[in-house]
Amino acid sequence: MKRVLIKYVSKYKIYVIIPFTAMLLSIALDMFNPYLSKIMVDRVIRGKEKELLVMVLLGIGGISITRSILGYINEYLFDYLSSLVSIDLKRDLFRHIQSLPFKYFDGMNTGELMSRIGEDVDNVWRNVSFGTRIFIENCIYFITASIILFKINYRLALISLVTMPFIAYFALMLEKKIDKAYEKISDQAAILNTTAQENIAGVRLVKAFARERHEILKFLEMNKTSYKLNMEQARIIANHFPVMEFLSNISIIIVISVGGMLVIGERLSLGTLVEFNGYMWMLIWPMRMLGWITNVMAQSSASAKKIFNIMDLEPEIKNSENAVKLKEIKGQINFEDVSFKYNDEYVLKNINIEAKPGQTIAIMGTTGSGKTSLVSLIGRFYDVSDGKVLFDGVDIRDMDLKQLRENIAYVSQDTFLFSETIEENVRIGNIDASLDEIYEACKKACAHDFIEEFEDGYKTIIGERGIGLSGGQKQRISIARAILKNAKVLILDDATSALDTETEYQLLKNLYHGDKKITTFIIAHRISAVKNADEIIFLENGRIVERGNHDTLLKKKGKYYEVYCEQFKDFEEFNRQVI
Amino acid sequence: MAKNIVKQDEDIKKKSNFEITIRLFKYMKPYKFKVFIVILLMIFVMACNIANPYLLKTAIDKYIAGDDLKGLLKIGIFMVGINLIAMFASRIRIKSMASISNNILLTIRHELYSHIQKLSFQFFDSRPVGKILARVIGDINSLQELFTNSVTSFIPELLTLICVTIVMFSMNYKLALSAIVILPFLALSMFFIETVSRKRWQVFRTKRSSVNAFTHEEFSGIRVVQSFTFEEKKSKAFVELVKEMMGAFMKAVKLGDLFWPLIEFSSGIGIVLVYWYSVKLIDKGNITVGTLVAFTSYIGMFWRPIMNISNFYNSLITNFAAAERVFEILDTKPDIVSIHDAVKMPRIKGNVEFKNVTFSYEDGGVVLDDVSFKVNSGETIALVGPTGAGKTTIVNLISRFYDAQRGEVLIDGKNVKDVDIESLRSQMGIMLQDTFLFSTTIMENIRYGKLDASDEEVIAAAKAVGAHEFIMKLENGYHTEVNERGSRLSVGQRQLISFARALLSNPRILILDEATSNIDTFTERIVQRGIKKLLYGRTSFVIAHRLSTIRDADRIMVVDGGKIIEEGTHDELLRCKGLYYDLYMTQYRFLSEGA
Repeated sequence: MKRVLIKYVSKYKIYVIIPFTAMLLSIALDMFNPYLSKIMVDRVIRGKEKELLVMVLLGIGGISITRSILGYINEYLFDYLSSLVSIDLKRDLFRHIQSLPFKYFDGMNTGELMSRIGEDVDNVWRNVSFGTRIFIENCIYFITASIILFKINYRLALISLVTMPFIAYFALMLEKKIDKAYEKISDQAAILNTTAQENIAGVRLVKAFARERHEILKFLEMNKTSYKLNMEQARIIANHFPVMEFLSNISIIIVISVGGMLVIGERLSLGTLVEFNGYMWMLIWPMRMLGWITNVMAQSSASAKKIFNIMDLEPEIKNSENAVKLKEIKGQINFEDVSFKYNDEYVLKNINIEAKPGQTIAIMGTTGSGKTSLVSLIGRFYDVSDGKVLFDGVDIRDMDLKQLRENIAYVSQDTFLFSETIEENVRIGNIDASLDEIYEACKKACAHDFIEEFEDGYKTIIGERGIGLSGGQKQRISIARAILKNAKVLILDDATSALDTETEYQLLKNLYHGDKKITTFIIAHRISAVKNADEIIFLENGRIVERGNHDTLLKKKGKYYEVYCEQFKDFEEFNRQVI
Repeated sequence: MAKNIVKQDEDIKKKSNFEITIRLFKYMKPYKFKVFIVILLMIFVMACNIANPYLLKTAIDKYIAGDDLKGLLKIGIFMVGINLIAMFASRIRIKSMASISNNILLTIRHELYSHIQKLSFQFFDSRPVGKILARVIGDINSLQELFTNSVTSFIPELLTLICVTIVMFSMNYKLALSAIVILPFLALSMFFIETVSRKRWQVFRTKRSSVNAFTHEEFSGIRVVQSFTFEEKKSKAFVELVKEMMGAFMKAVKLGDLFWPLIEFSSGIGIVLVYWYSVKLIDKGNITVGTLVAFTSYIGMFWRPIMNISNFYNSLITNFAAAERVFEILDTKPDIVSIHDAVKMPRIKGNVEFKNVTFSYEDGGVVLDDVSFKVNSGETIALVGPTGAGKTTIVNLISRFYDAQRGEVLIDGKNVKDVDIESLRSQMGIMLQDTFLFSTTIMENIRYGKLDASDEEVIAAAKAVGAHEFIMKLENGYHTEVNERGSRLSVGQRQLISFARALLSNPRILILDEATSNIDTFTERIVQRGIKKLLYGRTSFVIAHRLSTIRDADRIMVVDGGKIIEEGTHDELLRCKGLYYDLYMTQYRFLSEGA
């Protein structure tokens, strides 16, 4: 919590100072009220000083008008401050999350991240505006009220503070217990968010298996846990709030009893007691609020902890201190004895590849043999465990990360489209592209024709993740996006799997016969897609087991040949029949 | 295609205050008795609070002024006593109230979630996940405040207000009148604020939901963002949205913040009036000083409930917007539901028939145009055709994910619209184009096909589809967590898992939509063997591009432009040299063409 205050609030001093001053003024004015009441009772009514009446009334009226104006300024500016802080906090958190490596996202649920940047920041935000304001206000009230009370009658004042240590003790206990409760609640909120998020994102699967009831029950369980945690929090509050309230009420009773005795003993005037009584409320109120403030503070500090847990994560993959910026990009990629471990297990071992500018490297292999890991090392989405990956002869870990990624166009096997128009989705490849360039890219990706067939053409809005498009259409749009990027290196990670053979063939032909030669890595399962590659690499269990071009591999009669036969056996049969 | 996108604000129909209030309070009905107890306890606590100044007045007027030390002590002990009881009362009150409001929250959230499960694909097609989530989580959380406040502040405060008013009037009605003369002015201003700021709060909630949708999309698409070095632009867009949201917030609080100052102002004026008037009354000897002191205390007590009620009113306005958004979903009628007297689908034999089926997505062009075909029990049908031809739509209609606009889809002679949906879908094994896995273990993901399956059954299913081997290689075997959407695994591996899942459900009709497109040839060979076993005796529909996957089908239907243009076995279709022949030949064209 402290960190939020120091780092984020101190930036906007002016929005702290103004409302704070307004608050001080307002409180100072409020201090006159009991005094005015005293004059009213002692002098105007008892002393029959009629001439003072108008003055006193004007005073009370004036104070209340000024106080309401000041109150508005105070509230509005604190709200403003808190919204500024919350914007900053959200922005920083968002930026930071973006800078984290793939590995972080592999183990993190979208729902939880949403919960952090949503509910947790909001909790902090609420505290900044409301909690801080009330806290400061009450502190001031408490301090001034005690000063005044001590001035009026220090003995009475001491008596009125007698319950204070007990109240403070309960506040401390409350803080200790409720802090943990809120942490649990915050975690549970993230779980709830994640469960709901997953269910809604996977609703098609749920329906396909008619598992609605199962899902509802699952959510109900989480919901019930959340209920229990909230009840736990309520129980803690119930155990502390009323006691604190009782103690604060007791102190006023003690004051009146003792004060009464003093008046009876004629050591105190009745008016003074009435006045003292008036200021007493200013003292009691903050004491009562203490529990409430502790509660709000604990809640937001639990959230702040969660936020800073993320903020404190150092992005593992980032620019090295003296990152090299290449002047000219050729697009040569080398793997030198690369090994890669994920969760302490080797996914790739001793990989050596040389891709000269303009060459195409095809990668084949069984599912899980390490194909995707291999290509994701090129864009430094993960760092190698051993050996190195070189881009134009430079170890990519020494390269400027942004420059590296700008020169690689990566189409992943998970196609992801944003819920925007098709045009905007393709444009991500190059923000400044002209419409013609976009059309050109789409034509190359064999997407132009089907896009034009839509009623709104390129302006067609795609549903989230490309809902409404077939798998093949999504893949072609994401390939067009990569083509538009015009990078020296293109990676197609099984990105043509949902295309029919003809389209795939056409698309690859367009790519290979482009005017600019780009280095291409292609992962595919169909012989037709890899046949023309300069080198075909066959992976098995993270090792290269076969390599060469189409012809040499066929001659070798190894794995590649086997795949070839499987895919073409009936074609040959068919040819025999027909011809 | 999509009705609403991330950046676009939702359009929420405004409901009347009365309607929403009534609906919200209906949720309290089951807790009538508890609410009653809570209110009683509250009244007791309030009564103590009201009694405190009165007792103080008595103490000052009667005992202190009358020099009665014994009386003073008596009254002091009495006060301690009632405050002690009040303490225990309010302890029970807080607990009961929390249980009521959390129970209601649980109910509403459960209701909303259950309702969302009933809605058809069309609902989800048109809304970003983040926006639906915003309602299930954020909007419902805001209702909590509303319920807690409604009982704990509104009802008791109203009672206090009434009591205090009665006491004030009975003490001195003229003074009382002078104290509340300002109320109509206050009420009028509140009304004005409410009308305007309600709309502003709705704007805020809508913007907030857009921010939610944006973050959801961003975080699920983070890999694309990073590989296109799009972080800066996305950050900017995000900050833009957040600023818009905060702007909406500031606009709403600009009015909302007037609440307290207005009350402060009104209460000040009230006190001035009371003093002014009381001086006159004291002159006439109508009231005592003690009465005045007590009366001014009561004024404080009179304004506090008003403050709390207006505060409640304020949060009501703030959160009405959330309630509106929740109710909007609850009011969305699921368009694909079992009809009222739907019969359970008996064990499916597997005869599927399309009779003149025409289908188009909402506000889209025609996808299927007058399609008719008949499939016999046990047949394997391959659907082939260019992307976007309508293959997926055909299988979606069989499992009734959508309803056809015209024509009938019959299974074993029964119209799918007439049978209970759950009994229908639970007999189908569907592998979707978008493989979806839950972020749990592989074991649990496969078990989703048959919830009560034993571990052995799960492993048997995985073996049948050739997934066992790679699973065993993972660090925790079947207990490996696959992460969100299965991102820990390759797409091909995910397809195998989802295949095992479909197999485990032992379906009567099997639908494989591009189920093996990312699986390599070797694994596919194993899968094919599994499929053959699986398909035996079951009707199945297979959509695939790899023709080697489909040549074994009993019948191949070639779909193009929403119609079935060719139909027959692999050999028959090759012989008639139509579209299928073309598709088939292009697969090998490169052999002759070189490159």
